[in-house]
Amino acid sequence: MYRSQRLSLRYYTAAITLFGVMILFGLLSALYYVFPSMLFEVLNFSTSKILHIDTLVIWLLMAFLGAVYWYLPQELEHEVVGIRLAEATFWVFCAVVAVVAVVFLVVQIGDSTAFTLWFINQGRKYVEAPRWASIGVVVVMGVFAYNVVATCVKARRMTGVTWVLVLDLIPLLAVYMDAFPADENMSRDLYWWWWLVHMWVESTWEVLIGCIMAMVLMDVMGTSRRIVETWLYIEVMLVLGAGILGLGHHYFWIGTPEYWLSIGGFFSALEPLPLLGMVVHAVYDAGEHRLRTVNRPAFFWITTEAFLNFIGAGVWGFMMTLPQINLFSHGTQWTVSHGHFAFYGAYVCGVIAVFYVAKQKTSGVACLDDRFWKWGYGLLNIGMVGMVMGLLLAGITQAFYGRAIGGSTLMAFTQVSENPWFLSGIWARLLFGIVFAAGYVALVYDLLRKPRSNAVGAGEIAGAAT
Amino acid sequence: MDTISVGPPRAGVGGDLADPRFWAAGAISTTIVMLIVLAFLTVDSLSVITAGGRNVPAYDVINRHIGYEFNWARHRDVPVIGGLEPLFGQTVTEAEAAALMEKGKLVIQSRACMDCHTFFGNGAYYAPDLTKSWLDPAWENIWMPMTGKATREAAMVEFLMHPDQYPTWNRRMPNLHLTEEEARATVAYLKWVSSVDTNGFPANFRTTKPDHAKQP
Ligand code: HEM
Ligand code: HEM
Ligand SMILES: [Fe+2]
Repeated sequence: MYRSQRLSLRYYTAAITLFGVMILFGLLSALYYVFPSMLFEVLNFSTSKILHIDTLVIWLLMAFLGAVYWYLPQELEHEVVGIRLAEATFWVFCAVVAVVAVVFLVVQIGDSTAFTLWFINQGRKYVEAPRWASIGVVVVMGVFAYNVVATCVKARRMTGVTWVLVLDLIPLLAVYMDAFPADENMSRDLYWWWWLVHMWVESTWEVLIGCIMAMVLMDVMGTSRRIVETWLYIEVMLVLGAGILGLGHHYFWIGTPEYWLSIGGFFSALEPLPLLGMVVHAVYDAGEHRLRTVNRPAFFWITTEAFLNFIGAGVWGFMMTLPQINLFSHGTQWTVSHGHFAFYGAYVCGVIAVFYVAKQKTSGVACLDDRFWKWGYGLLNIGMVGMVMGLLLAGITQAFYGRAIGGSTLMAFTQVSENPWFLSGIWARLLFGIVFAAGYVALVYDLLRKPRSNAVGAGEIAGAAT
Repeated sequence: MDTISVGPPRAGVGGDLADPRFWAAGAISTTIVMLIVLAFLTVDSLSVITAGGRNVPAYDVINRHIGYEFNWARHRDVPVIGGLEPLFGQTVTEAEAAALMEKGKLVIQSRACMDCHTFFGNGAYYAPDLTKSWLDPAWENIWMPMTGKATREAAMVEFLMHPDQYPTWNRRMPNLHLTEEEARATVAYLKWVSSVDTNGFPANFRTTKPDHAKQP
């Protein structure tokens, strides 16, 4: 085992812990919708929600870093260069996150000065963390980029996957610079803010998870490198070909020119294509290998990633990406439904697969296939699908009654929030959220427990099970 | 490892579809083309959304009356800038207006307004959209009587400073400890935001007293 793989285990541990924190604050945020006076002026909805979505970004980022630190030396057959520095920055990363969490919980907001932006809260969705902490994240990512590039140079070899990875680091870091400005012009502020949010989740992270998926497929199914890399390039071409101008689906209503209605609508409508391609890829590979795998949970999670990425991001996104619909669905629980489904399908499922890869390697079993992993798998998927269905119901109700009929006034908003369809959707979200949380507990339990040792050959046991 | 490409992948001659290098070249060139187009569109968009641009009025628009009406030619609701209607009865210069906006935006960020509310539909969905808040009939119908203030802007300042005292339903806005100066800047900000041409979002917004909406 490479030293950087031990570092990635540390990153995974931190990521899984923050995943738990995130779920906790997700449940809390959902509770305000049904008990609005809860914790009033002690811990308001806003603070709880900030903790929910900021931990989301951070834990996924940590899991990605972990996955790269895991696979990079394996791909290049060379220990990561600058590993000590990487180990030190891990602790820096953890410390920054902990301090920011405490400040959010205790201080929460500040007065209208630059001091607040630097040390308390920047008040920009997903990147609320104060500036000093954002600088910390830049440093961590900078060290990470150095590790990757220096290792490639030192190892004197490149694979197709590492090329994509290295090139993807540039935009990954570049758009994060968007976490700092405080433009007084809301239109311009949002214009750049979407470069960060959209370009991360619909372009750079999508490419990153494509690389990770490629490596997992080679790892757990032994898919040939040529096939995997060809698919990766096609996916990158389509993801960026549609996704870069697909950015326009966030420029319909923020003051930007009318041409974005057509450009954004057209290109974002193409965004599901590469996601469909990934499904085809995964099904093809699974069929090719007759579902034979050395790591069943990882295999199931990575296949689920392909499907739910397509459904959650592709189908759920497509539903409201045309301006004619988005005019009414924009900024309702419909958006939340898509946001959850897409993040879960595209990224959460993928990183759980990576966790299982690590579990198998560290425990040294030839073939990982206990029964218990299915509990986490089932509960998390049922919980998420139930949540997004509830949110979709609530969101469609808002789009119809609050926006189209009510016209988005305060009265329209309050009335639709008491609509029984809306309320049942919100309750369903809460209840399925609890199922999801139970799935998380089962997942963590399964990741931590010792697998049964398995002397049987990998192909045999998996083949027999199908 | 059965293929290792050394150096950047190059396009396969003749475009052999099974050759990964063909697709690598496709990915790189597609990305570059899209980025160039995006760069041009960005330059143009920024000129339109900078204050004083085609869709985003200069900040001293807060000296004027702002309406939101259906435009038959464009087939959507558009803001209509009318005659003089100074905020708090005081006409401000361009520089004063800009200072108010800077302050107002800092209030909005430092209090994390967008982690409950939305602007132009972006933010969180626990509380109403603020794009046209300045034009919301609730100020006249609910908060002016409730606060006993004679003007919309005075009612807004009072509400923003003590939202916990003027609840309209079961979700209440917490007191975020705005000073009077901060509250006034925020009101100015909301007035300016309502003047931005958002391609018709939100649709069907009724600025006058809606007779079909129930009173609370
Ligand atoms: C127990 C599970 C969860 C619950 C109860 C929950 C609840 C919530 C709530 C109440 C909000 C605020 C929405 C609003 O502004 O009205 C939210 C936002 C969000 N959550 Fe969750 N969440 C959960 C799990 C997750 C997971 C697993 C993910 C990612 C995979 C996620 C990603 C997000 C995102 C991206 C947003 C922002 C969405 C938007 O504003 O459009 N959540 N969540
Ligand atoms: C992995 C891929 C994706 C992720 C993680 C993702 C996530 C999200 C999130 C979190 C939001 C809410 C942003 C906010 O306002 O805070 C959002 C908005 C949106 N997404 Fe996606 N998305 C993905 C892919 C797609 C795709 C492929 C499409 C289109 C086909 C799409 C269409 C949209 C649209 C139209 C909105 C704006 C919703 C609104 O108007 O309120 N998304 N996405
Ligand atoms: Fe997007």
